[in-house]
Amino acid sequence: MLQAEPTQTSMRAPASISLHQLAHARAGDKGERLNVALFAYEADHYATLLEQVTEERVLALFSHRGASRVRRYPLPNLAGMNFVIDDVLQGGVNGALNLDGHGKTLSFLLLSLEVHL
Amino acid sequence: MSFLLGSGAGFSGDRTDAAVAVVAELIKRQQPSALVFETLGERTLAAAHRAMREDPESGFEPLLDELLAPVLRDCLDHGIKILGNFGAANPGGACQVIAELAAQLGRPEVRIAQVHGDDIRQQLHGLDLQRWEAERLEMPDDDALISANVYLGAKALAEALAMQADVVVTGRVADPALFLAPLMHHFDWPWDDWDRLACGMMAGHLAECGAQVSGGYFADPGFKDVPGLATVGYPIIEVEQDGNLIITKPANTGGCVTEQTVKEQLLYEVHDPANYLTPDVTVDLTHAEVRQLAPNRVAVTGIRGKPAPERLKTTVCYEGGWQGEAEISYAGPNALARAQLAAQVLRERLVFRAPAELRTRLDIIGLASVFDSDSGELQRSAAPSTSGDYRLRLAAEHSERRWVARATQELLALYCAGPAGGGGVRRQFQRRVFTASYLVKRSDIYAHATLFESPTQEAHRSERYAAS
Repeated sequence: MLQAEPTQTSMRAPASISLHQLAHARAGDKGERLNVALFAYEADHYATLLEQVTEERVLALFSHRGASRVRRYPLPNLAGMNFVIDDVLQGGVNGALNLDGHGKTLSFLLLSLEVHL
Repeated sequence: MSFLLGSGAGFSGDRTDAAVAVVAELIKRQQPSALVFETLGERTLAAAHRAMREDPESGFEPLLDELLAPVLRDCLDHGIKILGNFGAANPGGACQVIAELAAQLGRPEVRIAQVHGDDIRQQLHGLDLQRWEAERLEMPDDDALISANVYLGAKALAEALAMQADVVVTGRVADPALFLAPLMHHFDWPWDDWDRLACGMMAGHLAECGAQVSGGYFADPGFKDVPGLATVGYPIIEVEQDGNLIITKPANTGGCVTEQTVKEQLLYEVHDPANYLTPDVTVDLTHAEVRQLAPNRVAVTGIRGKPAPERLKTTVCYEGGWQGEAEISYAGPNALARAQLAAQVLRERLVFRAPAELRTRLDIIGLASVFDSDSGELQRSAAPSTSGDYRLRLAAEHSERRWVARATQELLALYCAGPAGGGGVRRQFQRRVFTASYLVKRSDIYAHATLFESPTQEAHRSERYAAS
């Protein structure tokens, strides 16, 4: 990746913002497997997502829910990526005691991740 | 000329007036078209089987009449084919209801076809079953079996249309196959033209959840604004002979069709985008492109297909014991401490009032709930305001009803014996369903269609015969 020339702005610590400012997302479930599709609002920000919204960070974000594996499928044509996250549904729509067994609300957990611009 | 696919419902429980605007638009366009109702979720089918045990004349979509009554006559009069998985556990029962409704509407000559072959409860033990990869649950005992259904592809549905059916009633089929079938019938695409099959399947995928592609399930005020969500227009997809798709919606409806709404739905419930498995084709979305052509018109191109998977997915539903929920609210000064104390009291009580194997979870809604783990990690780390509006929620599960009843009754008892100012208790419990998914051999499944003839129609036919 190309590194921008240092300017006065970028000399300071990079600003941290919520992924929600840059991207939109939708979650879906099948069994104990959740998918969250994430899309940059501006194609220019796709590279930021690729660089910072990594499988490792998403696994860490969902670790309290028991996530065992995260796979990321980049879709450059759509300025987006699909995350497939295993074992975060606490039993899924049929087995969970939680309020949202489908994990539909979890798209916004992903969007709460902090990224740097 | 393109073929038009309209969506009338995206799940059991969807808006029952949504199809009206879609049908009005289909009539206005004067093109060959079909209207599809997708009303059969994974668990909906188990619920339908249970309902049928109580009442053999139920077991199909409970709102079938309400969904079809406003549009059935218009569709029949304008040659708009209707397809739906609203047959659920009892497609024959659904056919009967539709025949009666058509007769009431003055169209007793309606041709209704029923698709067979998805229900494999009787064969289950003779089959070569492979565990579906995302499956984790251990297989319960046989006597707990509720339902076993294969996700059928579009072939038997296209066969039904070839019998000149006006309405095609199915149980379990892959949701997008409901949309692919009229395309196969209309365009006569070969069943191994993988790219076109993939396009047709994705037309179905985009439309099968109703408004989710046209502004529903999308709005995020200030970020993704959607006009007129209360009257959101359900999608219409224009499919060309070459397989290219244009997503749109009826005129004078709310909602919006944008590149963003289409992209979100394109990947909905998809895992590997290069290998999206459906019964009729394996879809590759990695070359797909989405382009806004005009307001509320979005083209999707570049969808590719590969041969269909060798096996078909089957979902088996089992009795899963009992689950209950109960909630109580605390608000105003020191509300959080009172809600937390209530949770603590419940934990202490359940230790000696319920057996150890009772599975429970406590949420404090307003502090942390849907994002939290079963053990409440986020509740412990959250730094909330102490006064506010909190609702303690208990969920419990056990194989025996009485222990779930006991646990939720303990929450109810917080009214008089818990912290100050608790109120608004709600309490309910129901049977649970466990599902397990398997892959079956395609050659073990026999899907086919038959024309339905109701007693009313039989009478009508002999009347006509006598008259001639």
